[in-house]
Amino acid sequence: MMENTEITGRLIVVEGLDGSGKSTQIELLRKWFLSNNIKVAFTEWNSSELVKRAMRRGKKKRLFTPTTFSLLHATDFADRYERQMLPYLKAGYIVLADRYKYTALARDCGRGCDSEWVENLYDFAIKPHIALFFRIPLDTAITRVMDGRNVIKFYEAGMDMGFSENEVESFRIFQGKVSEEYEKIVEKYALKVIDGTRPIKEQQETVRKIVEKSIDLKKYRYRGTERVVK
Amino acid sequence: MKFYGKGIPGADPEKLTGRLIVVEGLDGSGRSTQISLLVDWLEDNGHATATTGLNRSNLVSNEIRTAKEGHKMSKKTFTLFYATDFMDQLEHIILPSLRAGATVLADRYIYTPIARGLVRGLDREWLEKLYAVAVIPDLIFYLNVDSYISIERNLEQRSELDYWESGMDMGLANDISDSFTLYQQRMGNEFENMADRYGFITINGNRSIAQVNGNMRKRINKAFAIETNRLRKVMRRSG
Repeated sequence: MMENTEITGRLIVVEGLDGSGKSTQIELLRKWFLSNNIKVAFTEWNSSELVKRAMRRGKKKRLFTPTTFSLLHATDFADRYERQMLPYLKAGYIVLADRYKYTALARDCGRGCDSEWVENLYDFAIKPHIALFFRIPLDTAITRVMDGRNVIKFYEAGMDMGFSENEVESFRIFQGKVSEEYEKIVEKYALKVIDGTRPIKEQQETVRKIVEKSIDLKKYRYRGTERVVK
Repeated sequence: MKFYGKGIPGADPEKLTGRLIVVEGLDGSGRSTQISLLVDWLEDNGHATATTGLNRSNLVSNEIRTAKEGHKMSKKTFTLFYATDFMDQLEHIILPSLRAGATVLADRYIYTPIARGLVRGLDREWLEKLYAVAVIPDLIFYLNVDSYISIERNLEQRSELDYWESGMDMGLANDISDSFTLYQQRMGNEFENMADRYGFITINGNRSIAQVNGNMRKRINKAFAIETNRLRKVMRRSG
């Protein structure tokens, strides 16, 4: 992974299973930064315009293999990295990323891709200054995702792997594998673990404490120009 | 057959009973003409063939084309997008055809995308690891042509030079024909560097279509005995 020494900005990433509450937490963090006049940018997994159509079509027609699924996500990441992350990091912003390369490692390896191969795809990405992992038990994750919806999408459920004919069962097996991969990653990359079963407010207090401790936030305030509030 | 690295998850190299013949070369080196002649020849001799090439995947080829029109991809994104296209064809055309025992003719393979990445300053090891899931071809032909011939053929065939094949994203020159020449020279250098590393059979592509094809057939015949003696006799008699 690239060293992050030449970057003046700061990169904070959140990781966790679907339903771990990480998106809620990163949004609350963003609000806090905004209200403190801190330069902040946000990017989320699988959102680049460049690959959107290919991704949608591939999913709809079920064209993906684990290798091509992995590569198209890496393409998406590279595009967002060079457009949405690096320029902001170089301009001294705090960049918040909802999922980072660890998601690729967890999911692709959960689908049987070789971990060294996946690591190599993402080796241009800088090491985040703060990487948070929201840990929740598998059952809680499944319950949260299933709550209020009755359909799990084909690839989300890992149905491409043929684990099970039943979508919920397949989802459980696949998420179990992803969860195992995540635990290896947490150890290898020393991600900071947050207990995702705690109340939202309590988790956010922990997150803010971690951030304040490792980043001197004063340095990231807007200077000179007045921020336009949207 | 073997993979360069660990291969595609779940693909058993023992089951790949076909043959893979790759034709590499710069734009305008005559690759596609030569491949279509080889296909006819192989099939006349009773060998099933399949063909593949870059940017032909069902999964992303249209999207790559659209993205290229916008000229807005970074080199890393471009490389990964092309790799997605390649792997889609590897898994959906090349591997199944090899499993079925066919002879696969590839109009460019991993070497063109690796060379494109190298001339744009990407790391060799990164590129090689990325493509290490590819199967090692039985024969790799490199059609070596002088750049003036390459320009002539490009202008004759599509009446303009392609933006990307001219390396216009690299800022090498102010006009497209100077850029094309410089870019193709750099690509040519990378191919020559790769020749030993990957065991290319370099063919002089400046010669006539028939001469080049004859040369390639001789090499293929030597490796796989495509024309059996019996058939050759029949051909001679009827000819």
